[in-house]
Amino acid sequence: MNLFNIISEIEKVDPEIHERLNPRRAAIKNITSFGSKVAVAAMPFALGTLFKKAYGQATSTVVDVLNFALTLEHLEAGFYNKGATTSGLIPSADSAYIGFVTRDENAHVKFLQGAITASGGTPVGPATFDFTGGNNKGNGPFPTVFSSYATFLAVAQVFEDTGVRAYKGQAPNLIGNQDILTAALSIHAVEARHASAIRKLRHDLGHDANIKPYIVSTATLGNDTGVVAANNNYKGEENVTQGGVNLVSALKVSVGVATASFDEPLSKEDVTALLVGSFIVSN
Amino acid sequence: MARRSFLRYAGASAAAVAVMGAAASCSKNDRVIVTPGGGADIGSGDPGILNYAYALEQLEAAFYLQVIATPYSGISTIETSYLTDIRDHEVVHRDFFKAALGSKAITALTPDFSKIDFSSRDKVLAAAKAFEDLGVQAYDGAGYLIKDAGYLTIAGKIVSVEARHAALISNLISPGTFVPADQVNSDGLNKSASIAEVLAQANTYLKTKVSAVNYNYKP
Repeated sequence: MNLFNIISEIEKVDPEIHERLNPRRAAIKNITSFGSKVAVAAMPFALGTLFKKAYGQATSTVVDVLNFALTLEHLEAGFYNKGATTSGLIPSADSAYIGFVTRDENAHVKFLQGAITASGGTPVGPATFDFTGGNNKGNGPFPTVFSSYATFLAVAQVFEDTGVRAYKGQAPNLIGNQDILTAALSIHAVEARHASAIRKLRHDLGHDANIKPYIVSTATLGNDTGVVAANNNYKGEENVTQGGVNLVSALKVSVGVATASFDEPLSKEDVTALLVGSFIVSN
Repeated sequence: MARRSFLRYAGASAAAVAVMGAAASCSKNDRVIVTPGGGADIGSGDPGILNYAYALEQLEAAFYLQVIATPYSGISTIETSYLTDIRDHEVVHRDFFKAALGSKAITALTPDFSKIDFSSRDKVLAAAKAFEDLGVQAYDGAGYLIKDAGYLTIAGKIVSVEARHAALISNLISPGTFVPADQVNSDGLNKSASIAEVLAQANTYLKTKVSAVNYNYKP
C-alpha cells in the first residue's frame, strides 16, 4: 500500500486534496514523519481516518456510489451504442439528436472509470444486458426494442428518467463532498436534460401526444409515459408533499403541477430491483 | 508508536484543523449583515442555501409570469403550453421555499426586466435559457454546502426539473441543442457555478440586490 501514490492519484481528479487533508499540508508532512514509525498494519486504518476527515465519508462509500453510477452508465451507453449500430433503427433525421445522448453516456462511463481508479477503487465492467427486459431470454416486455424506433425511444425514456432518480437517491451518501457530489449532480443534470429531450422527441414524433418534458403524475399513478411495464420505475413520482409542505393543499396547485415541479429519488435497492433480472442479466 | 497513540494524534490534528478552519472563516466572514438600499442577504448555513434558491426561484417565477402575461408575437399553442407549465413550476418552487423557510425567508425581491424585450420570441427564449442554465449551475454548485440530507434531496428534486426546463428551452430555440456546449463539457458534466458567480448574474435582473456576505459576495 502506497499512501503517496493514492494521494497523487486523487490529486488528478481533486487538485485540492492536499488542502482538503490540511490547509497547511502539515497533515501530509506529519504522516510522513510518523508513517515510518507506524506499523504497516495500522496504515489502512489511518488512511481511512484521513479521508473520512477530509471528505466526511469513507472512501469505500464514495467508490460504492461511483460504481453504482458506473453500472447504470454502462447500461445506458450499451443501449445507445447498440441502437446506433443497428441498421435502420434510428432515422437519419434523428441520428445527430440521439448521437448527443450516446456521446454523453459514453463520456460518463469514461469519467466515472477515471474517478473510481483515482479514488483507489476498481471500476466495475459492463454487465450482460438484455434490452428487451427479459433477463437474457430476449423476450421481455420490449421485444421490439431494436426493431421499432418507438419502442427504442420508450425504453430510452424509462432509462433516462430512472437514471435521474438513481443519481438523486445517492446524493445524501456524498453530502459535503465538493468534488464528487458536484460531479454526480452535474451528471444528474445531464441525465435530466436527456430525459427532457427524449420526452420531447416522443411527443414531436406523435408516439405519445400527451407526454411532456417533465413527469406529470396523477394522484395514483407516478408513470406518465404510457409504458405500463415501467410503472414501478415511476412509483413515488406521484408524491405531492415536499419538506412537510403539501403542495396541493398548502399552495393550491393541481397534482399535475405539484408532481411535475419535483422529481423523486430512488434508493440503490429499488433501482437494482428494477433493473437486475430484467435489463441487467442475473444468473 | 502504538496504534492508539497514532489515532489520538490523528484525531487531535484533525480537530486542530477544524478549529483553524472555523477561525479562519470567522475572521473573514463574520461581518454584520448590512443590506443598504433594501437589499437582501441570504445568510448562512442551510437556511442560507435555501434562501439562495428562494431568490433564484423568485426571479424565475417573476420572469415567466411576465412572459405569460405579455406573450411574444407569434407564440405557438405548444409554446404557450410549455411556458405556462414552466411558470407554474417556478411559482411552486418559489412558494415552497417561502413556506419552508418561514420566518427565515428573505424579503420578496423586485425584479428588473427592463433589458428584456418581451415582445420578441428570440429575446424571451434567450433570457429563459439564461435563467434555466443559471438555475441548474447554481443548484449543482451549491449542493456540497448543504449539510442536511433532507434539504440536499429537495435541492436534487428541483434541479433535475430545472435541467428538464433548460433542455426544453434550448430545444425550442434550436432543435437538438438540449446539451449545448456552453453548458455541458466533454466529460458529459453540466457546468456548475459558485454563489458569487450566480448572484452577480442574477442581480442584473433584480432591483432588490441579493448579497451573500458569508460566501464572499457583495453586489
